[in-house]
Amino acid sequence: MAESAQSQPAGAHAEEGTRRDFLVIAANALMGVGAACVAWPLIKSMNPAQDVLAAGAPVDIDISSVQPGQQIVVLWRSRPIFIVRRPPDILTKLQSDADRSLLRDPDSEVVQQPPYAKNQYRSVKPDVLVLVGICTHLGCIPNFVPAAGASLGDNWPGGYFCPCHGSRYDLAGRVFSGVPAPYNLPVPPYHFVSDTVVRIGENPPDSTFDFASIEQI
Amino acid sequence: MALPQNKIVRWIDHRLPVFSFLDHELNQYPTPKNLNYWWNFGSLAGIMLMIMIVTGIFLAMQYTPHVDYAFDSVERIMRDVNYGWLMRYIHMNGASFFFIITYIHIFRGLYYGSYKTPRELLWMLGVVILLLMMATAFMGYVLPWGQMSFWGATVITNLFSAFPGIGNDIVTWLWGGFAVGNPTLNRFYSLHYLLPFVIVGVVGLHLVALHQHGSNNPLGIDRKGPQDSIPFHPYYTIKDMFGLGVFLIVFALVVFYFPNLLSDPQNYIPANPMQTPPEIVPEWYFLPFYAILRSIPSKLIGVCAMFGSILVLFIVPWLDTSKVRSAYFRPIYKWVFWLLVIDCFVLGWVGAHRPEGWFVVIGRIGTIYYYLHFLVLLPFIGWFEQPLPLPPSISSPVLKKKGGGRVARAAAAREKP
Repeated sequence: MAESAQSQPAGAHAEEGTRRDFLVIAANALMGVGAACVAWPLIKSMNPAQDVLAAGAPVDIDISSVQPGQQIVVLWRSRPIFIVRRPPDILTKLQSDADRSLLRDPDSEVVQQPPYAKNQYRSVKPDVLVLVGICTHLGCIPNFVPAAGASLGDNWPGGYFCPCHGSRYDLAGRVFSGVPAPYNLPVPPYHFVSDTVVRIGENPPDSTFDFASIEQI
Repeated sequence: MALPQNKIVRWIDHRLPVFSFLDHELNQYPTPKNLNYWWNFGSLAGIMLMIMIVTGIFLAMQYTPHVDYAFDSVERIMRDVNYGWLMRYIHMNGASFFFIITYIHIFRGLYYGSYKTPRELLWMLGVVILLLMMATAFMGYVLPWGQMSFWGATVITNLFSAFPGIGNDIVTWLWGGFAVGNPTLNRFYSLHYLLPFVIVGVVGLHLVALHQHGSNNPLGIDRKGPQDSIPFHPYYTIKDMFGLGVFLIVFALVVFYFPNLLSDPQNYIPANPMQTPPEIVPEWYFLPFYAILRSIPSKLIGVCAMFGSILVLFIVPWLDTSKVRSAYFRPIYKWVFWLLVIDCFVLGWVGAHRPEGWFVVIGRIGTIYYYLHFLVLLPFIGWFEQPLPLPPSISSPVLKKKGGGRVARAAAAREKP
């Protein structure tokens, strides 16, 4: 570039750009790069700090005392995690056509769960449901309403109802169609370290699923 | 020049022309002589901004931005700090009154066409101020760390997750963690302190743009000569002071007798990340926008419609095709304007209720009408509407009625440089 500028007499062909034009443009461009370099650490500092990330390590939960039909709520990464032991009649109902017809994504096509939970129950063990208890609409905590019917209408099969904007999910965390929430409730990475202890936040040994790759928390 | 002939003043002014600047922008600044009381709200908003900054600075001396102490430190301000209750109630209610003033100021501009050429940038700077005010108010509401603080912050920050692809990363970046938490509270505190001063800066630009062409006026026609103007000081300073007095009476009534009139009792419950309140309602001044968000079943479109409802104001100067500024001379637009005002109240009313049954229907109609007003009615009415004849000058209707020439002559004499 400098050579080509040198080959011309200075100022002879101003409209083609002089050596000074080149210097001005180059200096300005470099200033832009410099500004971006200054901004980067400032912007980056607002991302989660290392201690915050460390506090998001996996947690072990003993579920031996959770009765069929009961839900417990634990915290992982400052988020409520729902753990439900589903009785067999609910598991059957999850596959019924009447209930599936209410859902937006009955087959969990959207990546809202690790591949090992992409099945009709959205879980590793059919009876144990593990969900991130955060509505995919605007982040409220949905209420656990396992009983069918009642105040939520005759076709309510039992599931989760978000009090903020009325989003509904079934007992596999699958979102209903016609509600503001766009996606199923997320399933976190988890696996069973023993028959009764579930480790939330860690994949089974044979999986490399990245929780950040899910569509939306 | 009305500059005092004091030697010290002249010495300073020669080196730092603050006195001649003030003289030029107040004593010499020509203002249309027909401004009505709707023109009080600009300076009122400026005074309110100062009240908010002063009370805010003193509150900051007592407040602790930490999830474990924030709620208690606000209660301590209320109970133990000398006059802490007064500063907090002024600051808390001041936010509401700041929005009342600003909304009136905006509707004033919409009615009298104050956004039309050559005041487009003046108007757009005003919309920037509105956006900054909203961000500041939102972050300020988070600081007491009550239930509404926490869940309001959760809902509003989650709006950004609607954007495909980068949504989750943006939200995590906003939070500085896996959820709204201590890092979020800290940065909101920092920005809540910073943004008011950014607003002061933009207000400065707003005033520079205003003084370039001067105020619009109820007739919406340009000043033709000195007989149409009076100096800002003392005529409008005294009028603004009178309006301020009336305003402060109302403000004091609320601060001293109904301090919690506009606040949500849920926010006197400390934040609990494990328990969503039965209903999340934002502060009243966000309700119309909240109604638009909730009226649309799709999350992404709902978020876009909500932000769009404010961003559309930026292009109002080009959406309105009428050459006549003031609705006073626009027989159709005048009615459409009032329909918009009613629509905003209806949307606010819908926003305060759960989106169920009729509220969904009314909310959707209100949302559609809001956009219909700006995107369809505003351009089309300008094309087919037959405006009333404009008076030749600002002073001519007055002079015809009153038969006076004395005021105009006096004004002309004063205007002489």
